[in-house]
Amino acid sequence: MSHSDPRDELVDHLPALRAFALSLTRNGSVADDMVQDTVVKAWTNIEKFQVGTNMRAWLFTILRNTYYSSRRKLNREVSDGEGIFTESLAVKPSHDGHMQMTDFKKAFAQLSDEQREALILVGAIGFAYEEAAETCGVAVGTIKSRVNRGRKRLAELLHLSDDESLELTDDATMAVISANGASPV
Amino acid sequence: MHKKIRMKKQSMNDEVKKPSREAQIDQSLKKVYEEVLQEELPDRLKDLLAKLKAQDDGSGNLK
Repeated sequence: MSHSDPRDELVDHLPALRAFALSLTRNGSVADDMVQDTVVKAWTNIEKFQVGTNMRAWLFTILRNTYYSSRRKLNREVSDGEGIFTESLAVKPSHDGHMQMTDFKKAFAQLSDEQREALILVGAIGFAYEEAAETCGVAVGTIKSRVNRGRKRLAELLHLSDDESLELTDDATMAVISANGASPV
Repeated sequence: MHKKIRMKKQSMNDEVKKPSREAQIDQSLKKVYEEVLQEELPDRLKDLLAKLKAQDDGSGNLK
């Protein structure tokens, strides 16, 4: 099962690379441009990849470096992370109290690039903090704080609270319960 | 409506603990990520790979 040429392995990681790119850019065609750039860079610099190390993390690093350097070039494109849309886009809790994916995606899109990236790596893919820190070229503590702040922000936007159930903190549901005469025990 | 809420409450009581806020968020993050993971690679990416491979073969591979 071992690959003689690491480039063969590269192909296996493309779906993950696309998913990562999309969560970072929030735009399908930009994401695919990023993936293409990354593939070309990785392909032509394959000798820089250390066989036996994590290729997915290596590809993610190339992609995010590409993304952040183009973001710097585009200079001051309005970033959702700056909170400009925060109030107007606040997500309403859904009526059944369950998190709806469209709501979640809207809320997720409002986080900063750095928070989205940290959350996808750690929360969705399950990278260890150390691994995510290395991928992003920052300290472990920085990743931890981005993850925590990102989760906190999502919870705020989605009106999730930690110690109470979703159903019973949802005003709409509470209203339904009282209208039906059921006591929320 | 009434019935639906009752069922929910019951299933909640069956659980020892409700999933934490963190777990709920991570679960949604996974869904977002995995949704894209399931998609087929776009043609232009497949074409690019084919070109890169052809280029290597054509220029007398090092191996």
